[in-house]
Amino acid sequence: MSTWIPESASNLAASVDNITLFVTIVSVFFFVLISAVLVGFAIKYRRKSEDQETAYITHNSLIETIWTIIPAILLMVIFAWGWIAFKELRNPPAEAIEVNVVAKQWLWEFEYFTGKKSLNELFVQQNKPVRLIMRSDDVIHSFFVPQFRVKQDILPGGYQQLWFTPTKVGTFDLLCAEYCGSGHSQMLAKVNVLSPEAFARWEKGDELEEGAVVAASSISPVERGKDLYSQRGCLACHSIDGKEVIGPTFKNLYGKTEILQDGSSVLVDENYLRESIYEPEAKMVKGYPPTMPSFKGILSEDEVTALIEYIKTLK
Amino acid sequence: MANGVMTQTQYIPYLAQKGLKSWILTTDHKRIGILYLVTISFFFMIGGLTALGMRYELMTPELDFFRSTTEYNVAFTLHGSLMVFFFIVPGIAASFGNFLLPLMIGARDVAFPRINLLSFWIYLAGTAILLFALMQPADTGWTFYTPYSIQTGAKVIMITLGVFVLGFSSILTGMNFIVTIHKLRAPGMTWSRLPLFIWASYATAILQLLATPVVGITLLLLIAERAFDIGFFDPAKGGDPILFQNFFWFYSHPAVYIMIIPAFGIISEIIPVFARKPIFGYKAIAYSSFAIAIISFFVWMHHMFVSGISETAAAIFSFLTMLVAIPTAIKVFNWIATLYKGSIEFHSSMLYALSFIVLFTIGGLTGVYLGALAIDVHLHDTYFIVAHMHYVMIGGTVMGFFGGLHFWYQKWFGKVFNELTAKAAWFLVFVGFNVTFFPQFFMGFQGMPRRYATYPAEYISYHAISTYGSWILGLGILIMTVNLLLPLMKKSNYPKSSNPYGSLSLEWQVPSPPPHENFDKIPTVTDWTYSYGKNRSEANAKK
Repeated sequence: MSTWIPESASNLAASVDNITLFVTIVSVFFFVLISAVLVGFAIKYRRKSEDQETAYITHNSLIETIWTIIPAILLMVIFAWGWIAFKELRNPPAEAIEVNVVAKQWLWEFEYFTGKKSLNELFVQQNKPVRLIMRSDDVIHSFFVPQFRVKQDILPGGYQQLWFTPTKVGTFDLLCAEYCGSGHSQMLAKVNVLSPEAFARWEKGDELEEGAVVAASSISPVERGKDLYSQRGCLACHSIDGKEVIGPTFKNLYGKTEILQDGSSVLVDENYLRESIYEPEAKMVKGYPPTMPSFKGILSEDEVTALIEYIKTLK
Repeated sequence: MANGVMTQTQYIPYLAQKGLKSWILTTDHKRIGILYLVTISFFFMIGGLTALGMRYELMTPELDFFRSTTEYNVAFTLHGSLMVFFFIVPGIAASFGNFLLPLMIGARDVAFPRINLLSFWIYLAGTAILLFALMQPADTGWTFYTPYSIQTGAKVIMITLGVFVLGFSSILTGMNFIVTIHKLRAPGMTWSRLPLFIWASYATAILQLLATPVVGITLLLLIAERAFDIGFFDPAKGGDPILFQNFFWFYSHPAVYIMIIPAFGIISEIIPVFARKPIFGYKAIAYSSFAIAIISFFVWMHHMFVSGISETAAAIFSFLTMLVAIPTAIKVFNWIATLYKGSIEFHSSMLYALSFIVLFTIGGLTGVYLGALAIDVHLHDTYFIVAHMHYVMIGGTVMGFFGGLHFWYQKWFGKVFNELTAKAAWFLVFVGFNVTFFPQFFMGFQGMPRRYATYPAEYISYHAISTYGSWILGLGILIMTVNLLLPLMKKSNYPKSSNPYGSLSLEWQVPSPPPHENFDKIPTVTDWTYSYGKNRSEANAKK
């Protein structure tokens, strides 16, 4: 990771970085010039004696005109350049592949044209333009991938679009950039850029092969559950160390007796956990907000089992 | 430059009267200035403490200081609201404006002294309403964007009412200042001799008068939405959340200039005195304040480049934003040119003024990044914004505020502080500020979003440095505060002279602290406020 600008991994990054570089050169030049003159004057004309000579200069039209015109020209160049690059960011090519994105407190859902769905993980193909059609279920969110240099607010009550062509195979952070409440800083997801071969495999594949994207070898249910816990966004609301985040902590959860909103109690066992993942509002624990979405159609039975196995280990 | 200023025999300083009643019912502009100064300083301290808490939390990626992310979110909402609405908007304009404006133009008080006291009481009422509304506790951020602010049950109507009442105080103060500048200037104090702080106060007053009513309109729409179910902002009712952002920034962007223009005025007063030079390009500085004030009404959408506004709107607002940079650059060049061939004394207030130029230049240049459309897409809502905003607001306004405090301290309170301690505190403030906020530019480039209670581990080193910096900055401000408070408690530390720095401005021609009605006899002004070294240069010309 370079210290000032992140790795570039989309077709749009180069033009954004070029203008950023230009503005940086101009800024550093003027900052060094201004600071050097300021410090230079401060040293040269420091008061050495009480009756030190000073010059009586009130203004100078020529120099004032020059230092008005030069910044004005530079600023207009920066404006025009920024606008041209912005047009590119805003206008996707016609052949771009469409992905539907739903942002909600506090997770990301992706739906591909094949009907495939994924949660908190976006799968795209290297060197293929993608157009995201995004909507929000609740408040304003913002789709931000620093390595792609793209960002777009997602508002409820309409669609917003954003496009890019990923150029590098790899996994990149997707961050929510518009403040959206208590889970905002955990509304993170991954963008997986796959090679054409891997993408074709993923498109055809079932759940097991999807797992192959992350790790080729088969792993134990507990390890798989642990991965799902972070990949599927459980961690945004459920801690594993006993801290109260939004929902109940997973620590010591299994085998515990919880008091429900209607005053009745329930033993937390495999069946209760499964029901609460698929139908969160069926048996609500007292004192927690009804914010959890249903994971029906998102987490397979296998995945729920793996998650439960993982929760059991959190003691 | 002024004749017949004082007859020492009847001198009763304005601070002589004691007792609570002498303060809460005062119509003396200098005392009202102190009332504002004390109140805003109190809120500045609270806002600063919440910031230290946030920085402490951010030292590590996990949640460890606050008990929940919501607590962190409440902290940044409180920090932003206190600093913006309670401290920095009324800050210099109301405190320094009140104290200095009549003194500088040679008047006994403002045009409407009782309305002036009313403004202060309205300001207090506004802070009470806003504090009550924030006690919820609100976790919306100081921008109160809908629909989150509706969903979270924040008292948006109360908050808007509070901001409007605060704004109404600004309207009355602005109106008072405009009338005072027009009607109460001493004989000979022509427009072209007026101190630049007065020009800046005038430009600020116009902004206050014109921008604040927009908050009132927003308030009415919010009430109509709630009471009659007409969808304006809430998408659930068919409204448009973008409309709220438009209203919010149509007020809040000009408000940014309400915060910074008075600081420009202070810097323009300090530099000529300690450089013993006329301010360079007087007219350019005076007019550029007005240029900035006018253009600032037409740039608000640059806060919304990624919110889904049209490409055309984005282009227009990017262009207008670039235009604001021009008068701003002119001011910086003029201040530096004032130093040329001067005789510079590094009084603590001058150190603040010089660091203002450096830090404000960084704040201004990074503003150009954000005005350029394609770059803003990457940097919007990241720590780059946080750093930019603090370079303008602390590096700019607060440095001006501290500089002004040290410059007019003995005039205001009739006491002197320890200059060496003041310089040490300045050094800590300058270093601490940069250590806190400079890493945030890099963090923003890397993609660290703002308003994150927890964050990906890769940003930890920037955050850690930033937190260490906040401790240095906090220590600097603590030392500065103690240094300024101590002399007020002692029966010593009286100034040796009423005009120790050799200023030509009228406020320095009266004793420190000034008498109740400033001038026994209204002075007659015979020369420009900044004609430092003119007599000598004329004498040399005759030789």
